Amino acid sequence: MNKIVEKEDFSEKVVKLVVEAPLIAKARKPGNFVIVRVGEKGERIPLTIAGADVKKGTITMIVQKMGVSSKKLCALEVGDYVTDLVGPLGKPTEIHNVGTVLCCGGGVGVAPLLPIVEGYKKAGNKVITVLAARNKDLLILEDEMRKHSDEVIIMTDDGSYGKKGLITEGMEEVIQREKINECITIGPAIMMKFCSLLTKKYEIPTMASLNSIMVDGTGMCGACRVTVDGKTKFTCVDGPEFDAHKIDFDEMMSRLGGYKTEEQDKMDHFQE
Amino acid sequence: MERSEEYIKNERKKEWRVELQKKTKAKDRMAIERVKMSEQDPNERIKSQRIEVNKGLSAEQAVQEAMRCMDCVNPTCMEGCPVSINIPKFIKNIERGEFGKAASVLKETSALPAVCGRVCPQEVQCEQKCFYVEKLNQPSVAIGYLERFAADWERESGEIAVPECAESNGIKVAVIGSGPSGLSFAGDMAKLGYDVTVFEALHEIGGVLKYGIPEFRLPNAVVDVEIDNLRNMGVKFITNYIVGQTATLEDLKGEGFKAFYVGSGAGLPRFMNIPGENANGILSSNEYLTRVNLMGADSEDSDTPVLRGKNVVVVGGGNTAMDSVRTAKRLGAENAMIVYRRSEEEMPARVEEVHHAKQEGVEFLTLTNPIEYIADENGRVKQVKVQKMELGEPDASGRRRPIPMEGSEYTIDATVVVVAVGVSPNPLIPNSVEGLEVSKWGTIEVVKDKMQSSIPEVFAGGDIVRGGATVILAMGDGRKAAANMDTYLKEKYLSKKVEQ
Ligand SMILES: Cc1cc2nc3c(=O)[nH]c(=O)nc-3n(C[C@H](O)[C@H](O)[C@H](O)COP(=O)(O)OP(=O)(O)OC[C@H]3O[C@@H](n4cnc5c(N)ncnc54)[C@H](O)[C@@H]3O)c2cc1C
Ligand SMILES: Cc1cc2nc3c(=O)[nH]c(=O)nc-3n(C[C@H](O)[C@H](O)[C@H](O)COP(=O)(O)OP(=O)(O)OC[C@H]3O[C@@H](n4cnc5c(N)ncnc54)[C@H](O)[C@@H]3O)c2cc1C
Ligand code: SF4
Ligand code: SF4
Ligand code: FES
Repeated sequence: MNKIVEKEDFSEKVVKLVVEAPLIAKARKPGNFVIVRVGEKGERIPLTIAGADVKKGTITMIVQKMGVSSKKLCALEVGDYVTDLVGPLGKPTEIHNVGTVLCCGGGVGVAPLLPIVEGYKKAGNKVITVLAARNKDLLILEDEMRKHSDEVIIMTDDGSYGKKGLITEGMEEVIQREKINECITIGPAIMMKFCSLLTKKYEIPTMASLNSIMVDGTGMCGACRVTVDGKTKFTCVDGPEFDAHKIDFDEMMSRLGGYKTEEQDKMDHFQE
Repeated sequence: MERSEEYIKNERKKEWRVELQKKTKAKDRMAIERVKMSEQDPNERIKSQRIEVNKGLSAEQAVQEAMRCMDCVNPTCMEGCPVSINIPKFIKNIERGEFGKAASVLKETSALPAVCGRVCPQEVQCEQKCFYVEKLNQPSVAIGYLERFAADWERESGEIAVPECAESNGIKVAVIGSGPSGLSFAGDMAKLGYDVTVFEALHEIGGVLKYGIPEFRLPNAVVDVEIDNLRNMGVKFITNYIVGQTATLEDLKGEGFKAFYVGSGAGLPRFMNIPGENANGILSSNEYLTRVNLMGADSEDSDTPVLRGKNVVVVGGGNTAMDSVRTAKRLGAENAMIVYRRSEEEMPARVEEVHHAKQEGVEFLTLTNPIEYIADENGRVKQVKVQKMELGEPDASGRRRPIPMEGSEYTIDATVVVVAVGVSPNPLIPNSVEGLEVSKWGTIEVVKDKMQSSIPEVFAGGDIVRGGATVILAMGDGRKAAANMDTYLKEKYLSKKVEQ
């Protein structure tokens, strides 16, 4: 049982939660995630650790309301408890000083990107961050990103903020302007696929952080498997970050829909 | 547990035993037919994941079955039991109506008799070595049923004695993993006076007993009673704690833990690496069983979804495969099939489970192996391409090796496929503890009989050492490790105190 000590609504769909978890706060590294469960009938869902405060013994999660489980989590208030919380899980991001890094985040993928941006900056890199959202209201963490980036470029689908256009357009502008040594992309699978195609064209080493469906998060079930370089990998223990140019994104996207009908049934049941 | 032949012989000469021996003639004992376990009707039981199939023996049935046992001078049955339960002693206690005493005999050597009575592969262990089988070629004494009877009787009588624990010696030991191996270790160490904490990665205690083996074979309540028992003995349980991730072994040492028992199991599912295996609808038995047994996905009000299908194929022939295919039946599959590459004779599953699966309408396609999966336009599996096999010469495991038959391929329709072809050791601990010697299969290397690893204060047992075995072997390891760790710790910490 972990107590919620802070809650903030970023938008109608996105909520920030700060939760007591002293051991995880101490052990976590950028790129790690946790598994959360709400209620005795709750599902186990993975969420990135967006930040941590070792002194206060808390971790921050930024949650997008998708289906039943994320909605139940977002419905909790300060003082409530998360039934189960386990982590840190996954391999941490390999952060080195490589020169100039292009960090690309879309939708709620911006949340897991934050600790990585922080990490790259701390390691002495020049960090250029491109954030994308459907519209102004859905954009999150802009201020935090600016604090840790040398430059932030914002792209919206409808042009309501920043530049109008897709994330790849913002990226390409930067790539053509200066030498990029490494790229990282986190967001919806389709976005990561196109980011990856773009950087492949320019031969920029790129990592993508995958949000596969998970159950245990410890390598026990294989629900999270993806094909990387023709081999089956488990996102929870071998990832969540992989060489983007080697990921079979089409398979990955198809697998994200593996429980679609069943999830919808749960949602209908929940709303009744 | 070490027990001399002489001890066993003397026990047999106790007055009450001799009296029973004289009371009924051997001929009359042998004339009794082996008891039949009463079972839930197959059509009824497949309606729920939570109805136990075997109903247990009545007291009359148990006493009658106990009479069949010849109280052999040389009880060969005990050789077949990995923890050498004093089988005739517990059975004769049942015969004389002392059911509580029978349960105490079981507890001398087994930490979880109600579990083992249900899930031990008795037919290849104790029962295979029974006099009836060895000398008379007749059905063995139903040792497993009797074991379950005595343990259940004790539990249901509400008179579970909390074992006596030695005075606390203040030494902290940690257990990594709460499967049968860790639990039995924890119990023994608590009895010896240690301060025991069990760390478990999942949100439930019990390991495979909870997330793997379904309730129709092993009700959670049976396991929970044993866990409560350990709690009453002072064992602490911490869930949602992954040793090596949440904190390291070194961190735990910093908190004062002096020694560790790794019982982290064989949780890594194997796949076959055949084309199409990552299509939707194809999942490991671990995922399938975890969703249902740990997360309760069979019930409407669980938030965890599970895939249901009209045609479900389960690949494999072990207990895990049987549990999966019978789970599929209970989730409403019209056709639930086992696809297994050898013949039924080679199936590693308990015979009773195969029998029960058949009663429940499970189809068996033996000498058949999947070679490819075919998905529909949405990426969901729709067919399994299989190949017929024939048996060749015995391989290293002693089982005859299956050889593919050219040109025998055909397809089976299925929208859910469960892959149950085995597991590998859980790599979390081996990867996170420096200096720990690991075999090429990923199992932790230990000094046999001591269960001590290459790091003196780290002991290990169960599936993480054996790479996939049985509940009773995992428990036996836990007990052995406890005895040896006790010696190790007493030498290191307590003998000095005595000298002072
Ligand atoms: C390593 C990792 C880190 C993650 N970090 C975060 C995070 O920091 N913040 C956050 O909000 N989410 C994160 N996610 C995604 C999050 O776990 C899912 O959104 C959540 O499990 C959805 O559960 P649900 O029951 O609310 O929705 P569901 O009912 O499961 O899903 C609703 C709809 O969303 C789709 N969906 C399901 N799972 C995912 C997924 N993983 N990604 C995209 N679509 C999906 C389904 O197809 C369905 O249509 C992460 C995932 C992984 C694997
Ligand atoms: C479906 C199924 C059916 C089976 N049926 C039978 C049967 O009928 N009869 C029989 O005798 N055997 C059966 N077996 C085999 C038997 O269950 C195992 O041999 C036995 O459970 C092994 O016990 P264990 O304690 O070594 O490990 P497990 O029971 O696997 O427990 C290990 C525990 O350790 C936890 N863990 C792992 N790493 C860490 C870590 N780093 N930190 C904290 N916790 C950790 C895991 O989450 C798990 O709970 C079956 C197995 C399965 C999967
Ligand atoms: S523990 Fe298993 S092998 Fe031993 S006597 Fe009991 S059922 Fe037989
Ligand atoms: S071998 Fe069979 S008959 Fe003999 S003591 Fe053991 S259970 Fe009884
Ligand atoms: S989530 Fe189960 S293996 Fe990755």
